[in-house]
Amino acid sequence: MIRIKCPYCGDRDHSEFTYGGDGSIVYPELDASVEDWTNAIFFRKNIYGIQTETWQHVHGCRLWLKIKRSTITHEIESIEPAHKEIIKMVKNK
Amino acid sequence: MTAKRLITGGLIDRSKKLQFFWDNKKYFGYQGDTLASALLVNNIKIIGRSFKYHRPRGIMSAGVEESGALVTIGKNEYRDPNVRATTQELYDGLNAFSQNAFPNAKFDLGAINNLFNRFFAAGFYYKTFMGIPPFEWGKGTKIWMFYENFIRKAAGMGSASKKPDPDKYEHMNDYCDVIIVGSGPAGIAAALEAASNKLDVILVEQDSDLGGSYLSEDSKNLKNKISDLKNAGVRILLRTTVFGLYDSGVAGLLERVSDHKAVKSKYEPRQRFWTVRSRHTIVATGAFERHIAFGNNDLPGIMSASSVDIYLNRFSILAGKKIVVCTNNDSAYSTAIKLANSGAEVKLIDARSSVGSVLTENALNSGVFVKMNAAPFQARGYTEINKIDLAESEGNRWNNTGSEECDLLAISGGWSPTVHLLSHRGIRPKWNEENACFVADDHSEPITLAGSAAGYWNSEDCINSGKSAGIKVAHLFGKEKSSYSLPNIGGWNNPIKPVYEVRVSGKQTKSFIDFQHDVTCDDIRLAHREGFVSVEHLKRYTTLGMANDQGKMGNVIGIALMAEALGKKISEVGTTTFRPPFTPVSLGALAGRNTFQHFRALRRSPLHDWNLSHGAVMIEAGLWQRPWYFPQNNETLSDAYIRETATTRKSVGICDVTSLGKIAIQGPDSTELLNRIYTNPFAKLPIGKARYGIMLRDDGIVMDDGTSWRLSENEYFMTTSTAQAARVIAWLEELLQIRWTDLKVHVTSVSEQWCGISVAGPMSRECISKCLKSPEIISNENLPFMGVVETNLKQDIPCRIARISFSGEMAFEIYVPSDYANEMMEMIWIETEKVGGCLYGLEALGALRIEKGHVTGAELDGRVTIDDAGLGKMASTKKSYIGSAMRTRGVLSDVNREQLVGIFPKNKNATFDAGSIICKPSELKGFGVGRITSVTHSPELGHWIGLGFISGGYNLWKDKTVIATDPVRNKNVEVEIVIPHMFDPQGERMHG
Ligand SMILES: [Zn+2]
Repeated sequence: MIRIKCPYCGDRDHSEFTYGGDGSIVYPELDASVEDWTNAIFFRKNIYGIQTETWQHVHGCRLWLKIKRSTITHEIESIEPAHKEIIKMVKNK
Repeated sequence: MTAKRLITGGLIDRSKKLQFFWDNKKYFGYQGDTLASALLVNNIKIIGRSFKYHRPRGIMSAGVEESGALVTIGKNEYRDPNVRATTQELYDGLNAFSQNAFPNAKFDLGAINNLFNRFFAAGFYYKTFMGIPPFEWGKGTKIWMFYENFIRKAAGMGSASKKPDPDKYEHMNDYCDVIIVGSGPAGIAAALEAASNKLDVILVEQDSDLGGSYLSEDSKNLKNKISDLKNAGVRILLRTTVFGLYDSGVAGLLERVSDHKAVKSKYEPRQRFWTVRSRHTIVATGAFERHIAFGNNDLPGIMSASSVDIYLNRFSILAGKKIVVCTNNDSAYSTAIKLANSGAEVKLIDARSSVGSVLTENALNSGVFVKMNAAPFQARGYTEINKIDLAESEGNRWNNTGSEECDLLAISGGWSPTVHLLSHRGIRPKWNEENACFVADDHSEPITLAGSAAGYWNSEDCINSGKSAGIKVAHLFGKEKSSYSLPNIGGWNNPIKPVYEVRVSGKQTKSFIDFQHDVTCDDIRLAHREGFVSVEHLKRYTTLGMANDQGKMGNVIGIALMAEALGKKISEVGTTTFRPPFTPVSLGALAGRNTFQHFRALRRSPLHDWNLSHGAVMIEAGLWQRPWYFPQNNETLSDAYIRETATTRKSVGICDVTSLGKIAIQGPDSTELLNRIYTNPFAKLPIGKARYGIMLRDDGIVMDDGTSWRLSENEYFMTTSTAQAARVIAWLEELLQIRWTDLKVHVTSVSEQWCGISVAGPMSRECISKCLKSPEIISNENLPFMGVVETNLKQDIPCRIARISFSGEMAFEIYVPSDYANEMMEMIWIETEKVGGCLYGLEALGALRIEKGHVTGAELDGRVTIDDAGLGKMASTKKSYIGSAMRTRGVLSDVNREQLVGIFPKNKNATFDAGSIICKPSELKGFGVGRITSVTHSPELGHWIGLGFISGGYNLWKDKTVIATDPVRNKNVEVEIVIPHMFDPQGERMHG
């Protein structure tokens, strides 16, 4: 079991979270082409090493987080709220 | 082997005599005995039969590494198979049984397998199946299947009860600074040191008592240590095994709470499964003594030297009269001396050519006969050992050199540090040539090894390494700055001589490595000849180390033999990976209390009790309990839902729809959010209006459908399907927190806050308006189709009403704060009853919507596009929204895609089932041309109807007969394809 340090709630079991997906995707505009959308949602790198991913603290504060995690050791390098304004709010907490 | 209890000594309580049953015969032991020590002292030598050859197996050890004395404990549904007798504490009335033997372990008919061992060599199953010589007869599965039946029966271990487990189990969670695994000299020293630095320490011991090797020594010293631990505030878990180490300092523990008790207290669980999260782990798990492979080394009466020592000192049992101790290292000398001092005739055989004079002199002074340069080569005896043939080493060869009579053979083939827990964390053991054992490699995990688990062989070094580990952890946590220095690993006065197998050329012997799976030295060599050269392949092919002892006694021998066969060093061959659990964990403990109705969360509407008191039969819908139907006068399900459906269409029906997801959407950009996530336009939805909407996923497939009600300029009330409620809110949060961070919108799940009912039917308005403070507020003019109003019921109950229809009738959804649920329902039900209306459940809800061709989760199953569902006109072409780019890509716009249709039986008396495959009459096979997703009896049409999907849709199949085929129920029904809106296609009823 991985332990994830939620910036709002603190250290918690990963069973409180749901895994979102690739956190490095820059989603295209809604009116972008099929090609752009296909690239964004279907083509993924299979990273051996540190990967940016999204997790939601779904059984907690419900923040969506961006987490840098090693796909080899599960070690977590960094965690921050996905929403930039929320990062500021959490820091001032 | 003739074992006897000594008059004094040991940790047993001679004043507490316990009776127990072995294969239904009564015996006695003492409080403090294990089942193994009690069997041993009662001179029960054959405990079970081996896996393949049914060879007699006795007690081989005194701990978790046991691979001979596996027994079944308990009777009937309490039966627990494959329990190691060596770790089962004796209690009064214990019932234990031998395994894998018929009619009993002493006289076992299955032993005939022993004569056919050529057929049972490594890879036996594969070879028979493939028809590889000498198994040509196995080729072609028929014969194989036939024999397999018998072989499976003959090969095996104990069998579990097929009845439900009557025991209770619990889950526990805990946290600490340091968890220390093992309470031997090293573990205790580490715990005391860490606790003295104010660290929160949990000390875990799998045995019934603290102490590890202290338990075979001076008991006063141990008592002092234990009281020190308690005074230092160390938290102690006894009878608890750390069975696995996981990420982020998480340890999995199994506590055997009452397996050692004759009678458990009323609410006591059998076992507890602990999850402990610590900042650091100290592994002080000790070492296992290895066996040596030689002929018939599995005979009862052959035991590890350390276990003979434990039986003597802890249990006060002298296990034999004429004892031969065979060793290749120093550790067995003290055992030999203690045995001689207790009155046994002891001969010590050392494989080394010479050792220091102190060691031998001490032995000789105690009357131990010492012979150097010799090792066991073949044990003699039928059901137990009576003689051991010895061999002398000459260079790399062994030559036969006489024999010694004995009733007990104690073996020490060296020691293997217990590094299993490190292996769980991906730390590979590496071979240490000098000490002939695997030790843990350097690593960066928050784990420190101490004691013989780290490769220290003498007590003083073990204690020092434990102390050092405690100080090191204190340093890590910034507690103390006192220094420590680690001793060098090893520490014997005379070096070990590696001996793995003793084989005399020209002599055929059966030498076992894995006693549980009957893997022999020849199996290893055979595997090598057949090309299995990696240890991981070797393991799987021979099943070495794959029994429930996980190769604790034999793995190293197997690896050494493979290295020899390959002409490599052991360090080059490496070892296999140990995986959790360290010792078996019962499934009941993993499940804990999460069984039967507690298996998953239960969700009930605030109307649950009201529904039950009005005759509801409930059904599970996801986590929810929902009314299924409301039978009157012994109605069946189909009687009831047909009546409920008809009554609703004729007058009025009420249905609890609280399980729908409900989301409050608030903020200045709420409209913009909805307009981006729904396929249809929401930009101009007026205040006081609701709209049905469909959401797609990024890839253009339908995610969910529902309604959104505009309550004010900046606030909406969204409903989702029951099944997708959790997903939709998480999705909106994802969009707002990750993608559209500039939108000023807040989304909040209010599913629990609002209770909802649907009131449907031509008389619905009449019934509701009588309950309103201002009845005219829902008149056709004030609340037209899709109108929304926030108002009050009588008694000032606040409510939200929308004129929304899922049934095709004039219908209203009414929501009140959950606390008012009963008052609302009671009020409306009185008016409904007056006009002959009814309550309806999920089954009638289904019938009503299927008649109308409305889709639910059965249709929107994650493969269906908006066009497939016949809702293409709801996909705006004037705006972009989630999924708009992708919904028409390639395959999703194929004209042959399956499209939603209605289905009628050709013969109007016929029925068909959901899940049926739609086939052309000429091709009743394969994937067919479509599928049926929902079925019901339609009271309006007077026959069975369904919804489903067919390739090409209605236009391609109208007026053609197809077959609804159900291979599972072996049913073929002629059906015809119609439009999905099977009843009131113009929707006149709901607008009226
Ligand atoms: Zn949180």
